[in-house]
Amino acid sequence: MAKKVAFLQGNEAAAHGALYAGCKFFAGYPITPSTEVAEVMSIELPKIGGKFIQMEDEIGAMAALLGGSLAGVKALTSTSGPGLSLKQELIGYGCIAEIPCVIVNVMRGGPSTGMPTGPSQSDIMCAKWGTHGDHPAICLVPASVQEVFEETVRAFNLAEKYRTPVMIMPDEIVAHMRERIVFPEPGELEVIDRTAPSVTPDKYKPYDTSFGDVPPLAAFGSGYKFHVTGLNKMQDGFPTTKAEIVQAEEERQVRKVEANKADIMKWEEYQIDDADVVVVAYGSTSRSARFAVDEARRAGIKAGLFRPITFWPFPEERLLEISKKVKGFISPEMSLGMCAGVIKGCIEGNAPVLGIFRVDGEPVNPGQILDKIKEVK
Amino acid sequence: MAYDYEKYIRPGKLPHIWCPGCGHGIVMKGLIRAIDTCGLKKEETAIVSGIGCASRLPGYLDFCTLHTAHGRAAAFATGVKMVRPEMNVILVGGDGDGTAIGGNHFIHACRRNIDMTYIIMNNKIYGMTGGQFSPATPTGDKASTTPYGNPDPAFDIAKLAIGAGATFVARGTAFHANQIDKLIAEAIQHKGFSVVEILDDCPTTYGRRNKFKSVIEMMNYLKESTVPVKAAEKMSPEQLKGKVLTGVLYKEDKPEYTEEYAKVIARAQAAK
Repeated sequence: MAKKVAFLQGNEAAAHGALYAGCKFFAGYPITPSTEVAEVMSIELPKIGGKFIQMEDEIGAMAALLGGSLAGVKALTSTSGPGLSLKQELIGYGCIAEIPCVIVNVMRGGPSTGMPTGPSQSDIMCAKWGTHGDHPAICLVPASVQEVFEETVRAFNLAEKYRTPVMIMPDEIVAHMRERIVFPEPGELEVIDRTAPSVTPDKYKPYDTSFGDVPPLAAFGSGYKFHVTGLNKMQDGFPTTKAEIVQAEEERQVRKVEANKADIMKWEEYQIDDADVVVVAYGSTSRSARFAVDEARRAGIKAGLFRPITFWPFPEERLLEISKKVKGFISPEMSLGMCAGVIKGCIEGNAPVLGIFRVDGEPVNPGQILDKIKEVK
Repeated sequence: MAYDYEKYIRPGKLPHIWCPGCGHGIVMKGLIRAIDTCGLKKEETAIVSGIGCASRLPGYLDFCTLHTAHGRAAAFATGVKMVRPEMNVILVGGDGDGTAIGGNHFIHACRRNIDMTYIIMNNKIYGMTGGQFSPATPTGDKASTTPYGNPDPAFDIAKLAIGAGATFVARGTAFHANQIDKLIAEAIQHKGFSVVEILDDCPTTYGRRNKFKSVIEMMNYLKESTVPVKAAEKMSPEQLKGKVLTGVLYKEDKPEYTEEYAKVIARAQAAK
């Protein structure tokens, strides 16, 4: 039988990807340009017995999301810049209490209300550093409608596997453009569920590291009773200020991601092997970049594209390796150098990083990137 | 025979953090008796709180307990209840947590009439942070941040709940200890969003700044400043001046939220 094909927006694809991953709960608050995610979930979830709730504000949506996940189901919310700022305290709660969930953040112009209908890539640092305290961060940045679907499935897999909030952040262009999408068959993409406890309720501890860095998570209402808090906690979930326990638990929470970077990181390399100039671009900007790289090749310039699909954790080691062989990097982005700064931070000064920074609500166009490629000597 | 509270207390988690003379322990005992009266099973009951002295209560009880962030108990609990409508969900917290930083979640939980019970321990002060004024601090009172007297008017929390759509609203006090469990039990048995405000005392950060010489004086104040709602019916407006009503203040039957959402599911599946 032929696979189901559709002509969808990125936002719609995120919702369908979530459903494919087994999402059964959505809690959100309306915000442009992400509302289609909520709208599709409000239509589809009740059909499969799932639950949709529109909460009273952004942080309330984040709270309900965490509560829903703790009750045992895969949970999704969607938002955009201002909403991401408002959710931050509880994103940190999800990190310390280790509650899996997925946040779709459609990147629009900022700061503050900024340009609600304009594209941007300036939430990328907020995804890693937005909430206070040390914490793990996983952030995925798809570049096509098909990829939004697939990466949303992967976002759920990573959230469930590592028991932590995961962000997927299409820019407004990727979120609103329509493309052909081929729906994977059930079973075609891997779907991971959180590890349930293997011990009886009387022996269960919610942060029992004898099971490894990612302890099994029981659900409220499933026969297990336990305590959850946003305070630094012990293995049994109760608060502690004991120095050695707090230090060890904080380190473990971050290590869940850091020690598994190879599993979480994902990127695409295009014409990199012999490249003199490497454009590092993600999201919709990577589409302009690919066009510019092809044009440069036609003009005899050895250009290549490095496209992060996972932005956090960032593929630092691979870029460092590449930096030893190239004359320069180009960082075209819809922010004032956030990605360029990240690149500079991992290449040890081996090559210059030339930026093309647009925050005027317009995409970086291929001509701009081609001109910059030609500047690298 | 003495009541067996131990059955519901988490082993090894006492003593509690509350100061001598604080009424929160009286409320916790009332809650335990109410849970026992209602026959709630530990594994099927979630007790959810925010941040503050009162919000430390769930940690002492042997249930599914969720100590959330400041003000967010009602929103977390809404997520739990939506996913597992069969669970009993009880919220506990203080006046600042519930009506200032958590005010929005509070009024919307009332509006939805989602079947949960919210116990607000109103001691008129932010105790844990050292006695700053809250939305429940009376005008003119002293707090660490109102050294010249509080310029703010106070919320009437019970009226706020009724106005926002809660379908069961009651008020008790830490003095009237034997009434607390009855009010909470009735609230738990009510289908819909129920609010029980317990007027409480904070001798450490409120009493000493506001001319209460002892805990006994504070308890006497709770006794003398309140009137049962039934007794009030026979009293003149003059006699009722300055008095706060206690008992079941409001009760109505209205569609409950998770049951309404079950109808949404039925409609969506019928249309499929």
